[in-house]
Amino acid sequence: MAGRNYVKLLTPAYGAIAFIFAWWLIAFLQLVDPVLLPSPQDSAKAIWVGFFQGNLFSDLKVTVMRTLAAFIIATVVCVPLGLVLGSSVQLYRSLEFVIDFFRSTPASALFPLFLVILGVGESTKIAVAAFGAGLLILFNTAYGVMNARKVRQAAAYVMGASKSRVLIGVTLLESLPQTFIGMRSGVSFALVIVIVAEMFIGSTDGLGQRVINAQMIFNMPEMYATIFTAGVLGYSLNLFFILIERYFIHWGGK
Amino acid sequence: MNTTHITIRGLTKSFAGQPLYSGFDLNFPRNRITSVFGPNGCGKSTLINMIAGLMPIDSGEILFDGKRLHETVIGYVFQNYRDALFPWKKSIDNIKYPLQIAGKSPAECETRTQELIQSFDVRFDLNRFPYELSGGQQQLISIMRALATQPEVLFLDEPFSALDYEMTLFMRDKLQAIFQATKTTMIVVSHDLDEAVYLADEVLMLTRRPTKIAEVVEFKAARPRSPGTLTTQDFINAKSHCLDVFQREVRTKELLK
Repeated sequence: MAGRNYVKLLTPAYGAIAFIFAWWLIAFLQLVDPVLLPSPQDSAKAIWVGFFQGNLFSDLKVTVMRTLAAFIIATVVCVPLGLVLGSSVQLYRSLEFVIDFFRSTPASALFPLFLVILGVGESTKIAVAAFGAGLLILFNTAYGVMNARKVRQAAAYVMGASKSRVLIGVTLLESLPQTFIGMRSGVSFALVIVIVAEMFIGSTDGLGQRVINAQMIFNMPEMYATIFTAGVLGYSLNLFFILIERYFIHWGGK
Repeated sequence: MNTTHITIRGLTKSFAGQPLYSGFDLNFPRNRITSVFGPNGCGKSTLINMIAGLMPIDSGEILFDGKRLHETVIGYVFQNYRDALFPWKKSIDNIKYPLQIAGKSPAECETRTQELIQSFDVRFDLNRFPYELSGGQQQLISIMRALATQPEVLFLDEPFSALDYEMTLFMRDKLQAIFQATKTTMIVVSHDLDEAVYLADEVLMLTRRPTKIAEVVEFKAARPRSPGTLTTQDFINAKSHCLDVFQREVRTKELLK
């Protein structure tokens, strides 16, 4: 019995172990130029050195702060806006094209525009990331509101709840599962934009700048270490949101 | 004493140009259970939704003791309890919600809730979320929520149709006991003729659309009624009379087609 439980517990780790083993094997057999693909040990060492002797941690911190700043701005602006848009189907339909258009426009294409308006600096990176994340949050919240169960709103209404009370006490909560999907996609999207901005928009710090610098001086272990750190960051953000979701929206899908 | 509680005059409602109700007049008696029964699509639920203010009317007047809806306390039990309860609130907070809306203090909410728990003899844990309870328990919460503010009229839209048979029998008797204790005017939409007659003092039989009153059938058996009531001659007579009216209604319209 105990043995079987171990097998079950380790199941999610098999893929990761197989991946690292394959990487190690390819590096060990030198199937790829060792300059391009350092071994897992060398990359792990680069992470260790980066964190404890270099400034990988401060770069990580900067990227996290930018991503969170963009995400918070997007949430504070777009959740209330989505709520209002979603409660009036006619209003949403009239703005749907504009929202869909800008959502489909690659946010990175807006960098030059934001550079002209805001100049080279923190605000441009955060603004573009917030813009992209905000649209995701906006239309998800609006959809959540539009698809809110009418019976629940009717139940509150028949008990004498005012319009604003139904909106805040019922519709907002009804839309939360969908809003959270928007927030989760939004934070991932903000991270993508922040990393790209750090690479190409006059940055002196952040994970994006670190990746591109390592690539320019052909420091491959350092580059892999940074990519891996960015991956862990993205994964953690996603996991963090899933856990919050499970806690706050315990009724989701029920 | 059998006075009128709800007066409907000249009610008109169309859907996509098709009249459903046109110049419809109706009285609902006070302190009675009225079942609403009729062919599919005749607008049974639409009727109570219009009275409860959940659906706008095209024209006409609906008064409760001469008062308008917004001056009247009503309760409404939906068919689909799963969609009607608030899953983010514990069961007990679902029951308190209408009291909070009515502006009652936390102490008053607590007192009233305890009162309801006593009178319903609830034994399961009300600190659970609705989705953690069985269907019957959830519908019981819905009914308690609808009764929390001591409504003048209680509307029930096919309240037991999503429950299994055992639970349905239990809930019918629960509802009857509440009625006997409170004498609240109740209007029950039902698609089950047995249930409609069993619960009712009066069965309101409706025609096909455009909807008219086919007949109001009285059923005067003493309460509390029990499953034994279903086999009494009175019940069988009332039910077969309802069935005659119903079949006449369905058949006439078919001949006209």
